Amino acid sequence: MSLNNPSNLNDDVMQSIIKRYPRSRSAIMPLLHYVQSISGYVTNEGIEKIAKLLDIETAEVSAVATFYTQYKRKPVGEYHVGVCTNTLCAVMGGDAIFAALKEHLEIENDGVTADGKVSLEHIECNAACDYAPVVMANWEFYDNQTIESAKSLVDGARAGNPPAPTRGPNRLVTYKEASAVLAGLDDGMAREGLQAGAPTLLGLKLSKEGK
Amino acid sequence: MSKLTPVLSAHWDEKDSFTIEAYTRHGGYQAAKKALAMDPDAVIQMVKDSGLRGRGGAGFPTGMKWGFIPQGDDKDHYLVVNADESEPGTCKDTPLLMANPHVLIEGCIIACHAIRAKRAFIYIRGEVTHVVRRVNAAIADAYKAGHLGDGIDVTLHIGAGAYICGEETALLDSLEGFRGQPRLRPPFPAIAGLYARPTVVNNVESISSVPAIITNGAEWYQSMGTEKSKGATLYSLSGHVNNPGQFEAPLGITLREILELAGGVRNGHKLKFWTPGGSSTPLFTDAHLDIALDYEGVSAAGSMLGTKALQIFDETTCVVRAVLRWTEFYKHESCGKCTPCREGTWWLVQILRDLENGTGTEADLDKLLDLCDNIMGRSFCALGDGATSPITSSIKYFRDEYIAHLTQGGCPFDPVKSTIFAGAVAQ
Repeated sequence: MSLNNPSNLNDDVMQSIIKRYPRSRSAIMPLLHYVQSISGYVTNEGIEKIAKLLDIETAEVSAVATFYTQYKRKPVGEYHVGVCTNTLCAVMGGDAIFAALKEHLEIENDGVTADGKVSLEHIECNAACDYAPVVMANWEFYDNQTIESAKSLVDGARAGNPPAPTRGPNRLVTYKEASAVLAGLDDGMAREGLQAGAPTLLGLKLSKEGK
Repeated sequence: MSKLTPVLSAHWDEKDSFTIEAYTRHGGYQAAKKALAMDPDAVIQMVKDSGLRGRGGAGFPTGMKWGFIPQGDDKDHYLVVNADESEPGTCKDTPLLMANPHVLIEGCIIACHAIRAKRAFIYIRGEVTHVVRRVNAAIADAYKAGHLGDGIDVTLHIGAGAYICGEETALLDSLEGFRGQPRLRPPFPAIAGLYARPTVVNNVESISSVPAIITNGAEWYQSMGTEKSKGATLYSLSGHVNNPGQFEAPLGITLREILELAGGVRNGHKLKFWTPGGSSTPLFTDAHLDIALDYEGVSAAGSMLGTKALQIFDETTCVVRAVLRWTEFYKHESCGKCTPCREGTWWLVQILRDLENGTGTEADLDKLLDLCDNIMGRSFCALGDGATSPITSSIKYFRDEYIAHLTQGGCPFDPVKSTIFAGAVAQ
């Protein structure tokens, strides 16, 4: 079964995504996430399928697919790891973590390990600055990282046994599984994991202590 | 008495606070019930009276924004919630939605009623898988409980990694299925927004603040904050501090007070520079510890309250490196529509790289300022303007440090010393 076979794209699912919106074109973004959930990246076949369903040109779908950094035009790893190297995380250790992971995995930015398990990307601010330095894997939070913890994350991912996110579900889902969530599909894991980490609760805790 | 006033964050410490059971246990959805029984105009008036201002950065009065929506025009109206939290340093909406997504949904119901919209969209950034799960589950549970679906619908739209989509008109283009590029205004979204229909675009925290205002009244909200900056808000403290985190406090608290609560700048170090509201707000230094962190106080001191993202950097941090990195961010995130921003941010990066490497000249500093002058105010949106903030403010306060890079032929700082695991890196 070819990954690029558009017949793997489920028409009913795609139609249900389109029906969320008053105007069908609004569904391009979740449909592109959906294509990634099937193929692991945005394939030409996926673009053609979306264009056909929305009755627009493939160039219009491509224009959207190439604008947003989360849409990948080539396969990423089963576990896509992003190291925040925006200023605050970079200064706090993100630069050192990113350099160490490149060396450890022997890949560059946007590279994929030969076994296809892990890909690496430096990312921008991911809205978790009070947990810096932050690493994301399949867009799940790995907070307060060190070089060692980041290496364990990628080693575990390569061995098929990644540690669970620090604020996320009980296990790290694959890139395709995460892409299905980003297409708006329910994977039943919303209730798993913490409601908040300690920094999120610091002000509340201090206020209860009368400070 | 505590200086902090947890309202939004009041129940975040309870296990499973994100569930509809937990939210309902604390009176959740009672405000919507109350508001739905009120005249829409009375709801708008109440929010106006409360003094609530936009918490996404611009600080525009929320009730006034709602009041701009034409009434009786027989057109569809839309509420669009901006949950595309991406401004560097900003980390309040994401934990809010992870801990209590229902408060946003209840706020959506109230806001939709007020502006006579039948439909709300929540545009959330795509890089937060678990938050997407939580919000989606909350919407589903709100439908099951009958809070949604009976005249008001909420749809979650998930982005795909573009900072520019936090700009309200780029967000609307993105939501319509296009590349996220800002629109020329006028017309403003209140007249021609989503699908060219009257639309209110509000930040997550703004909309989430509404249920408590409906429940407790405008006077209660007014009783917190300062003369023109009413209410309480989430301040997000990050960086070189002993205890980073979220602090919900009345507007007007100072960084000195927040730092005191957070156990101060990390031990053995001192404050060098900080942002009051994300990287697009001009830097402050240790001379600004006692500025009232409200809209007016921060503006009067030459910066902006922005998103209240207090990023703290101590004396180990090279300001040129920090500014270069932010500038690379703006260059990467410029959507390319307007030439001054697209080309200008590219040139800013080239010049800053030379300066950081020690290969630039002192004349480059003037060139940087000249470039900033030519970017500022010359594009459809404020992304380019934001890019100039760290540069102009850092040259203002730390010109000597830029010069030191030139005289020493490179960066005089050791980046290892800035890391939180300083000393443990070499292995």
